[in-house]
Amino acid sequence: MSSPLIPLSGLKIATRKEMGQGGCSASSCGSKAGPDDMDPATWAKVKDHPCYSEEAHHYFARMHVAVAPACNIQCNYCNRKYDCANESRPGVVSERLTPDQAARKVLAVAAEVPQLSVLGIAGPGDAAYDWKRTKSTFEQVAERLPDIRLCLSSNGLALPDRVDEIVSMNIDHVTITINAIDPEIGQHIYPWVFFQGARHTGIEAATILRDRQLLALEMLTARGVLVKVNSVLIPGINDEHLIEVNKAVKARGAFLHNIMPLISDPAHGTHFGLTGQRGPTGAELKKVQDACAGGANLMRHCRQCRADAVGLLGEDRGQEFTLDKLPEVIEDAPEAREAYRVWVAEERRDRAAAAAAAEAVVPAAETPTLFAVCTRGSGRINLHFGYATEFQIYEADADGIRFVGHRRADNYCLGGHGDSERMEEILRVLADVPYVLCAKIGDGPRKRLAAAGIEAIDSLGQDYIETAIAAVLEARTARTGRDAARRA
Amino acid sequence: MAFKIVTSQCTVCGACEFECPNAAIRFRKGAYVIDPALCTECEGQFAAPQCASICPVPNTCVPA
Repeated sequence: MSSPLIPLSGLKIATRKEMGQGGCSASSCGSKAGPDDMDPATWAKVKDHPCYSEEAHHYFARMHVAVAPACNIQCNYCNRKYDCANESRPGVVSERLTPDQAARKVLAVAAEVPQLSVLGIAGPGDAAYDWKRTKSTFEQVAERLPDIRLCLSSNGLALPDRVDEIVSMNIDHVTITINAIDPEIGQHIYPWVFFQGARHTGIEAATILRDRQLLALEMLTARGVLVKVNSVLIPGINDEHLIEVNKAVKARGAFLHNIMPLISDPAHGTHFGLTGQRGPTGAELKKVQDACAGGANLMRHCRQCRADAVGLLGEDRGQEFTLDKLPEVIEDAPEAREAYRVWVAEERRDRAAAAAAAEAVVPAAETPTLFAVCTRGSGRINLHFGYATEFQIYEADADGIRFVGHRRADNYCLGGHGDSERMEEILRVLADVPYVLCAKIGDGPRKRLAAAGIEAIDSLGQDYIETAIAAVLEARTARTGRDAARRA
Repeated sequence: MAFKIVTSQCTVCGACEFECPNAAIRFRKGAYVIDPALCTECEGQFAAPQCASICPVPNTCVPA
């Protein structure tokens, strides 16, 4: 840890020259909100935040620290005794930290991971209720790392009491989880809330919670804090209702709405898990998300990460930074983060140009085509198929090329079994996707994909995603044209 | 007349420590414990003991 500056070459980021110029000859991305889609002040707030900007999540990393274990409500999808190192979902952690330990961990990660731009406190527990620990952590980090953005996630019940401090501490991103605005529905999600010295249940509990959540949302947006609303989609309980939630939170100024699937398993020991409440299918989730078109903007790149996740969305380096692995002396490397941000600014300009160029040449496809992309960031195809634990799904049609979500096929889902089961899972999650784009792929997996009607393409490695997709579509159109000519 | 915490079930979240109106709950050697000399079971202060009302695990803050 003697050198405070981490050379860019050590970051596994190739220089832009090494990666090629990505072929500014092709590709596109119509819907991703970029600097042209929002006012400059908002863009400045979200441009480095991987959760608030789909575009930023290709470049920037977040970390969560689990410092606030106390909670003031009970949710039927939560069991706070649960702890598993291999699980990846909200509320799960391997170790809880004191604020001092958390601050040390953030310093260690910042020194090693120049992509780090955001520190979040997101449970288990409630960051606004367990405020003393949250505040102490943020104060220590803000003093040592003023360039790291702070954000927190809350159920909203205690949030109205913290608005002044949130504003004064420059916490400009807050997430509120709102699963229902109708207490008739909320009562099936929250068995109780603790408010003003008493435990409340039933409709009364759901009403108190709803009122405090909407109050917090209004208070925060009035003060210029960007608020994301998370909603857990619970089939049969709040699926249709989330369309109403979407409208209600939009009307109160929510910046983004993240509708995410319930994760439910008896082994988790949650009420929903134990009573057999299932999570939604991908199609059910997409249906609700699509039905919210025109309302609050939807976040579609959420990975429902652990409460102690570290790294780019879709990766978790948390296990590299457990307390016992932190170095004795930590020297910060702000220069590396600054150098990385300069690099990103250039890279983004290139990618935007490449995307626009690609969009211009995309042949007008009759039907939308899906692509599964293996990437480890930067908006490029730069991951070996064999290392992919998730696929970013892009859709291309006459309107352009856009990110529509991600599909996981990681080891956890498979219970840690071998490659054969992993491949089965990949074939299952990619059943409706005709193309896989990756940096490299072995012959075996390529053949198994081909047998399932999926073409794996690794000749476009290092290209921008949009550039590569446009190239595939152009080649397909040319081929179809030739075939037609031959038949004629 | 006091409450106690069933350590084997406790998640160590600390919510009871915030809510106790008598500062009777302390974190000692990795566990939260209620000082019976200070605990009033919230008699005359609240309708129900605060530790039991906020505790996420049923039957974990119970009469000693």
